[in-house]
Amino acid sequence: FGEEEEPLHTILGKTVYTGIDHHWKEAVFATCGQQVDIWDEQRTNPICSMTWGFDSISSVKFNPIETFLLGSCASDRNIVLYDMRQATPLKKVILDMRTNTICWNPMEAFIFTAANEDYNLYTFDMRALDTPVMVHMDHVSAVLDVDYSPTGKEFVSASFDKSIRIFPVDKGRSREVYHTKRMQHVICVKWTPDSKYIMCGSDEMNIRLWKANASEKLGVLTSREKAAKDYNQKLKEKFQHHPHTKRIARHRHLPKSIYSQIQEQRIMREARRRKEVNRLKHSKPGSVPIVSERETHSGSVK
Amino acid sequence: MSALRAEESLLALRQQEELEDLPKEYPLSTSEDEGDSDGERKHQKLLEAISSLDGKNRRKLAERSEASLKVSEFNVSSEGSREKLVLSDLLEPGKTSSSLATVKKQLNRVKSKKTVELPLNKEEVERIHREVAFNKTSQALSKWDPIVLKNRQAEQLVFPLKKEQSAFAPIEHVLSGWKARTPMEQEIFNLLHKNKQPVTDPLLTPVEKASLRAMSLEEAKMRRAELQRARALQSYYEARARREKKIKSKKYHKVLKKGKAKKALKEFEKLQKVSPSAALEELEKIEKARMMERMSLKHQNSGKWAKSKAIMAKYDLEARQALQEQLARNKELTQKLQAASESEEEEEGAEDEDEMLVPDAVNEVRMNADGPNPWMLRNGPGEAEELDIQKDPEQPPEPVAHEASESEGEENPVAEEEMLLKELEERRSLRKKPGLNQDAKPVGRRETKDSSSQEVLSELRALSQKLNKENHRSTKQKVSSARTVLPVQREEAADEEEEPMLLQRPERARTLDELEELGREGCFQDKERPRPAVNGQWLERKPNNQPGAPKEKPKKEQMIDLQNLLSTKSPSVKSLAVPTTVEEWEDEEEKDQRQMIKEAFAGDDVIRDFLKEKREAVEASKPKDVDLTLPGWGEWGGVGLMPSAKKRRRFLIKIPEGPPRKDKNLPNVIINEKRNIHAAAHQVRVLPYPFTHHQQFERTIQTPIGSTWNTQRAFQKLTTPKVVTKPGHIIKPIKAEDVGYRSSSRSDLSVVQRNPKRLSIRHKKQLKKNSVD
Repeated sequence: FGEEEEPLHTILGKTVYTGIDHHWKEAVFATCGQQVDIWDEQRTNPICSMTWGFDSISSVKFNPIETFLLGSCASDRNIVLYDMRQATPLKKVILDMRTNTICWNPMEAFIFTAANEDYNLYTFDMRALDTPVMVHMDHVSAVLDVDYSPTGKEFVSASFDKSIRIFPVDKGRSREVYHTKRMQHVICVKWTPDSKYIMCGSDEMNIRLWKANASEKLGVLTSREKAAKDYNQKLKEKFQHHPHTKRIARHRHLPKSIYSQIQEQRIMREARRRKEVNRLKHSKPGSVPIVSERETHSGSVK
Repeated sequence: MSALRAEESLLALRQQEELEDLPKEYPLSTSEDEGDSDGERKHQKLLEAISSLDGKNRRKLAERSEASLKVSEFNVSSEGSREKLVLSDLLEPGKTSSSLATVKKQLNRVKSKKTVELPLNKEEVERIHREVAFNKTSQALSKWDPIVLKNRQAEQLVFPLKKEQSAFAPIEHVLSGWKARTPMEQEIFNLLHKNKQPVTDPLLTPVEKASLRAMSLEEAKMRRAELQRARALQSYYEARARREKKIKSKKYHKVLKKGKAKKALKEFEKLQKVSPSAALEELEKIEKARMMERMSLKHQNSGKWAKSKAIMAKYDLEARQALQEQLARNKELTQKLQAASESEEEEEGAEDEDEMLVPDAVNEVRMNADGPNPWMLRNGPGEAEELDIQKDPEQPPEPVAHEASESEGEENPVAEEEMLLKELEERRSLRKKPGLNQDAKPVGRRETKDSSSQEVLSELRALSQKLNKENHRSTKQKVSSARTVLPVQREEAADEEEEPMLLQRPERARTLDELEELGREGCFQDKERPRPAVNGQWLERKPNNQPGAPKEKPKKEQMIDLQNLLSTKSPSVKSLAVPTTVEEWEDEEEKDQRQMIKEAFAGDDVIRDFLKEKREAVEASKPKDVDLTLPGWGEWGGVGLMPSAKKRRRFLIKIPEGPPRKDKNLPNVIINEKRNIHAAAHQVRVLPYPFTHHQQFERTIQTPIGSTWNTQRAFQKLTTPKVVTKPGHIIKPIKAEDVGYRSSSRSDLSVVQRNPKRLSIRHKKQLKKNSVD
């Protein structure tokens, strides 16, 4: 500790690199900046570089299952998918606002989630990019990072609103929110590969380790404890729709800033909705289409 | 992808078209071209010649001024000839020479070809590339669809997904890579070698080799599979046999036996048709079986079971039926087959002729006593008992009284009948008693000829005559009286105080109903078997023959009750709410209009419907009295028996009237008072998403999942968590190999695992090699 270490290998590039990701199986990595470059670890020149448009690309991610696939997001609000084998970009979708990063589902090859500046996360099926499969809303500021649980059932997102949230993949609302007084804007977040913990790094230069399931008991459980835990879990699941159970399950303490923001945004959303409903009510039937939340966020695909 | 395909197909089509076009057009066009150009040329020459004739306009042909050895092909000018240099010009000199024909052809071909189109611009090309690549990729990804779907719907997912796969390399391969190093290992190795154990090459012992040679792998496998199947079948049959043997149900065995008997009969019939001799043998067998049956007491109602049933038969319909069935069976078994029995009948007929003195009725009684009537078959003791009871001096006066009260109008004839019956039965018993020892004789009928019974006979004759007179008149009464009397007669003395009470109800209920039936049936029954009504047993059996009769009765009563309810419910509605103010309609038109409206809405009486609804609501909301009476508690219970009024009164808990309804004074309103505000706070208001009907949801909520209400296994099954992960175990992303797909970058191992056939071939090769060694 304290010694300066020499890097084993240095590559001098012509442009700025803004993101990097390693291949899941082979000794290959990808960088992004002006273009997406695929590198062999042993070489100083990229194997291939792919580009589509001229904006700077902020992050690039390999698909963990079909490892020749890559996804990147650029500052001109688009998400571009690449195929490494054919050395060609595949598809581009332009959203309303900039996507900060994406993450592929490790259990479902064609599903990825994009963390967007418009406070939302979008889960896409890469074969049909025109409409997101699910819009995840709960953050009250830009979402900066997202990472999937290795089980592929949930993902965690880090936000500029100084909190991290855990979303089920198939739900639009978060299951859990983590925050502390001292945690500032959370820049990056990762789920540990045994799916038990979450790590996050934030602006005040700390790394924090969270339990992925806050109420879970750590350590070895006896069989009776396990049975009791399962039973309790099942009961909660069974009665989840009952008002009081629902309230308890949903209730979280939030910092004042987030709380007030949520209220404010709710008011805004309701106003919008009211307006839409009114418009629908007072116009000729059929002339105003009913648009679902998902469809309002659909981007243009190229 | 489809776009790409379309492109390809289009291209192919175009090429084909070209190919097709070529042979057609080519030769034709060339000849035409040649002809044309030749003609033009001649024409041109002609024109030139004409112009040269003029002399004025004649232009000098340009000449090359510089002399040079090499004449460049590019410097050839066609100036002066006033036309461009055409390819055919160059070919002119070679026209005649046949050696240049091929060149000419080639040139022509070149000339006929079209120009190549301009290449697409870069962006277009890239776009097409992207599209094609995207299509290809998304198709490749679609293979994950089933797996993704399966995982999403899975009841439970245990991570890490990858299971430990058993090592696939055969043991020989593992061993071949291993060498003995330490001295001890070497020693052991040597020992093994001495014993010809296959440690290294050759891998097989001589015995194994021999076996291999004897049987190929496939054959062995097939044989093993066959053996396995045979064993499985055997064990299956064994298990089935054991299971069937274990079945305690007598009914099941009975049915089984019956089925077997039927089958045997069918087979016998078949046999009769095919080979009569074999059938005869079979018949003998059957006959023997019958004889055995006759000898044995198996179905004679003398067994323990039969006795107990005989006691129960008084109360229990089923027991009675069972007894009867058994008797029928006995009869069936002991009956001689037709071929043999004819002579016997004749004999019987002869005997009957002998006994013409005896009146018909008695004859029939006697005959019944022997054969057809199974009740008479019962041996001495049972009947004697009955008779004893009948003769009981303290015959209860209740039944008679009861009966009398029942059939008031027909009191006299019934009394007469009663007397007659008693007399007859007494006589019969007298006759029977001496006959008991006569039964031991092979021919039991001789008893009638006994001198002791002669006087009885004469009396009987007189009686029967009397009876025959009365028969038609009073069958009904007889039947009913016999029914009511006999059961009572059979009661034990101890029960006598209570019995009549108990019996009263069902009997009374029955008689009314059955009298009609009997009235209908009575006549033809009498015709059918003109048997005196004295035969009490037959009458007693009656309800057995028609089990529907007693069952029907309670139903009918219920029906009536329901109807009553309905009738009370459908009332004539009169209420304040009905607009009763009938104004005087002077105007004719208005009257008409009203009439019309009335006619139009004649069908639906809204007000009445509403009132009915409201009344129902009020009824439903009224607190109901709680009836806690337990039928049969502390007294007899059963069909048609009601707990006593006292008990009912005692155990009926009256609920006090609730507060007045809110809509009591509002005739046009129904206020639902069922909704409980306090409970509503805990109730689910909206049907949750996956459910489509509230009943589904209610059912899921109602089913308990705790171990208190479930078996251990069910509890475990119900509470399995959806996702199971182990702390500290790394969960890797799903792999194509894990789920049995070939990934794009497959390893050799995966191929081997995917393709067991190939492996087996390789394995075989290996084995062959080894065996050669």
